[in-house]
Amino acid sequence: MLSRRDKRLTIIGIVVLGIVLFILNQVMADYYLRIINLIGINIILVASLNLTNGFTGIFSMGHAGFMAVGAYTSALLTIPITQKAALLPDLPLWLANLHVPFVAGLLAAGLMSMLFALLIGYPVLRLRGHYLAVATLGFLVIVRVVLTNIESITRGARGISGLPGVTNSWWIYGTLVIVMYCLWRFIHSSYGRGIMSIRDDDIAAQALGINITTHKMMAFCIGAFFAGVGGALWGDQMSVISPNFFSFNQTFTLVEMSVIGGMGSMTGAVVGAAVMTIIPELLRNLEVGITIMGMTLPPLYGLSQLILAALVVIVIIFRPQGIMGRWEFSWQHFAREKKKLRLQRQSSSEQEK
Amino acid sequence: MDFNYLLNQLVNGLSLGSVYALIAIGYSIVYGILRLINFAHGDILMVGVFAGFGVLAVLHAPFVLAILIAMAIAALFGVVLERVAYRPLRYATEEATMITSLAVSIFIENLGIMTVTAQPRSFKVPAILNVIHNWGSVSFSNMNLLIIAITVILLVVLVFFVTRTDLGIAMRACADNLNAARLMGININVVVSVTFAIGSALAAIAGLMLAGQYGRIDPLMGFIPGLKAFVAAVLGGIGSIGGAALGGFVLGMAEILLVGLLPPAFSPYRDAFVFIILILVLLVRPSGLLGTGERRRS
Repeated sequence: MLSRRDKRLTIIGIVVLGIVLFILNQVMADYYLRIINLIGINIILVASLNLTNGFTGIFSMGHAGFMAVGAYTSALLTIPITQKAALLPDLPLWLANLHVPFVAGLLAAGLMSMLFALLIGYPVLRLRGHYLAVATLGFLVIVRVVLTNIESITRGARGISGLPGVTNSWWIYGTLVIVMYCLWRFIHSSYGRGIMSIRDDDIAAQALGINITTHKMMAFCIGAFFAGVGGALWGDQMSVISPNFFSFNQTFTLVEMSVIGGMGSMTGAVVGAAVMTIIPELLRNLEVGITIMGMTLPPLYGLSQLILAALVVIVIIFRPQGIMGRWEFSWQHFAREKKKLRLQRQSSSEQEK
Repeated sequence: MDFNYLLNQLVNGLSLGSVYALIAIGYSIVYGILRLINFAHGDILMVGVFAGFGVLAVLHAPFVLAILIAMAIAALFGVVLERVAYRPLRYATEEATMITSLAVSIFIENLGIMTVTAQPRSFKVPAILNVIHNWGSVSFSNMNLLIIAITVILLVVLVFFVTRTDLGIAMRACADNLNAARLMGININVVVSVTFAIGSALAAIAGLMLAGQYGRIDPLMGFIPGLKAFVAAVLGGIGSIGGAALGGFVLGMAEILLVGLLPPAFSPYRDAFVFIILILVLLVRPSGLLGTGERRRS
């Protein structure tokens, strides 16, 4: 549990984040704000991915599938009724006349993803390792195929446009703080210890009386819940969603962020998401062709993906645990460092005497 | 539902299954030795197809020569890939190697987009392959025949190779126990390279068959067949050659028959069927149809 001092520091940290966001919202151009918002959303998605992939050791590749479920759920609930009637004339009546506030849409998105996680978790979580990864990938493929084909509800491959677009930095970072708090509490609960023990040695964990199925299912469902919420925010920020957005590449981008940041760490999720959101934006300039010292490079489509993929291979070969490994940020760590510094200074000043 | 329609679908299923079987064998033999799921396998296939396409378009070489050159280039590509990306991770965790192979796959696809652009190209096979025979009311093309024949021949050669030659026996020894094989004086790096070469060459020929049937190629063409072949390998019991072949045929058949026999409204769900079949089979037989059950390595 947090000590009183740490609680105070955390609250101060959140307030500072709020102030920084406020200032950024005043001064930044739209393009940069979008990137900042995208970082927030990606942190939510990667943190929830880390819960399953890093903390529980269930290597899931279906994350984009949960995102899609969340995004579509929230879109269908939050688009204004008149617009919905024009866009999707064949909706079932109860859905066509349903309109809920954005918060409720987010919650519903999370719950719907969780429901799907429960349904597919039952068969899939019995598998392990590679098999599990491929089965969850299968879930993603199935979600996409279904979304493309139930045209009366999703408009198929054309996608849904005109999402309300109320998402802003406050929604995103507000959600982020709540998500991080929930995940932190979960990981530091007995259940959290349970899932980590399953990751480290499932047979020993079982021998200690940990119910593996329940624990795995719980982590999977919570991860899916936040993936759904993240997907809903993402869709709303894009204001257009189509099945093609929730592709294998989307899942892989999240896995990249998680691997580079460090799979078994929430801090790693933050770092990985931030770094891997910014780098592609920088590289994007290369793709359209730029002029360096009088030489014009031809447009190289796919270059940023290519560089990111190479980066992932290099990180895995040379630093397999990612930037953060399993290290977590903590105030105590800070305090210890400060104390060490103070002691050093004291001893050196004593020596001078 | 008439009987001839069913027979026609069976021929289609058999030829699609052959392609899956050829690709699946590559996954399976690599997995058997390295416990590595090479997600880039489908992209090796793509490289092979483009090599063949280049030979056909630039040199106007005969089709057979194009196939051979495509196989050789794909084999070389597979060996280099293993050397550069996978060898440093030989003793890393399952997840690490899997993520690497995913990254490699994305890398190759984007390299393809950068160099040959994502624009699909039309791929033409010699006219003789498109001749259609009618036996009674069952019709099939020479292409179907060629695919099935090549697959059967290659399977026989491969089985002969792994049971009768020293290198093949070394391969099986490595698959059984990598460390013990090394202690017996087997040069593991050679075996792994040969494995990649064989798998990649088979993928290239399967890719050319696919390209010939669909008539279009693009840098992302390898992904879906690769994924399905992987499913086939898992279905049959990954690690076993016979299993991969069986899985390929079962999957190809199932895919075609499900699409052919169910009402047309279901046909867009084709890709979903494949994975539903996979999940169902894994639940009943977690190690696949012919798998012997995975020993857990600690």
